[in-house]
Amino acid sequence: MVQVTSALPIAKMIGSNRTVLGHGIVHVAGDPSLLPEEEKNLRRKLVKQAMTALESEEKE
Amino acid sequence: MRIVHYINQFFAGIGGEEVAGAPLEERSRAVGPGRLLEQLMGEGAEVVSTLVCGDNHAVENEDEVVAAVIEKVRSAKGDLFVAGPCFEAGRYGMISGAVCAAVEAELGIPAVTGMHVENPGVDLYREALYIVDSGQNASEMKNVIEKMAALALKRLTGEPIGKPAEAGYLARGLIKDAFVEKRAGERLVDMLMAKVSGEPFETEMPASSFEATPMPAAVGDISKSKVMVITDGGLVPKGNPDGIRGMAATNWGTYSIEGRGNLESEDYEISHGGYDTRFVEEDPNRLVPLDALRELEEEGAIGELHNEFISTSGLANPLSNTRRMGKEMAEKVKAEGVDAVILTST
Repeated sequence: MVQVTSALPIAKMIGSNRTVLGHGIVHVAGDPSLLPEEEKNLRRKLVKQAMTALESEEKE
Repeated sequence: MRIVHYINQFFAGIGGEEVAGAPLEERSRAVGPGRLLEQLMGEGAEVVSTLVCGDNHAVENEDEVVAAVIEKVRSAKGDLFVAGPCFEAGRYGMISGAVCAAVEAELGIPAVTGMHVENPGVDLYREALYIVDSGQNASEMKNVIEKMAALALKRLTGEPIGKPAEAGYLARGLIKDAFVEKRAGERLVDMLMAKVSGEPFETEMPASSFEATPMPAAVGDISKSKVMVITDGGLVPKGNPDGIRGMAATNWGTYSIEGRGNLESEDYEISHGGYDTRFVEEDPNRLVPLDALRELEEEGAIGELHNEFISTSGLANPLSNTRRMGKEMAEKVKAEGVDAVILTST
């Protein structure tokens, strides 16, 4: 499991082992200031980061 | 006053580990620590039934033992249920917590138990029950029973229980309104001053401690894996069909995304009282990134996206609740043959 979150200190405190930093508490997988197409690209990048983390044994 | 007392094989004097498989039996009088309890509860108090069970049998057959205990307390017409004290004995603590919680819930009579703070039963039941802090040492039996009796009497008479430290029970994590002399700022400065000058002070908000969780193994090849999304951001279909509460939620839901390329705002709403939900309401993909996942699935970067996501609301939730929900979700994930989970947290 990988946790995508913008509240990393909380994730670390409870012992979450695989984490990816999100793009904000209120829109963890998005950014309303971007154009729709840019926002989707940002989301794709985030999901890919999560996928890489899932394949990794490294604690991050 | 009719008391029913639950104890394990050891405190009943049957024996130690060699008889930990002993099934539940009943004696119609006080046994072992129950004799002291009976005395301390005062005139008119009688242990009418002592239920004895081996710890292994109890923990291995918890549902059955709990159901049998409820029936016995019911037929004994008990006014009060007491279990233990269990000190450090883990299995004894777990079953005592389970029977106390069940008796209170089913029969509506007060239940009291006692454990050492490190007993695993504390972790599971401290929020639900009054658990007297027994310490580790069984030679403190008399002191512990005194505290349990005093607490039980308060519960029976409806007298205020008092704070954990004063009444000798383990903090339940409940928040109660009270009048205090100093306002928050002054109390804070007092604490800070005490801290920097090395004097003792008592925090008003003790931090929870968490056991380390072993890191789950990596997914070998994500392009051959089945992936599922879970979120604690409270995304639910319009109308919130499972009634997931926006604060201290007690349940979670599973929602189909079969045939969907992305999540449309008109189909969803948010049940979460802890963040500004407008952005996710406007575009739910900002919480459950379905559009990106579908693309990656079509391109073959992800083996398969599981056709439903799990959602609950992660806000101000007692740990006992979230642990239970986490376990339930893990069972679901396993049953669906999912290889990897992406959890999005707000």
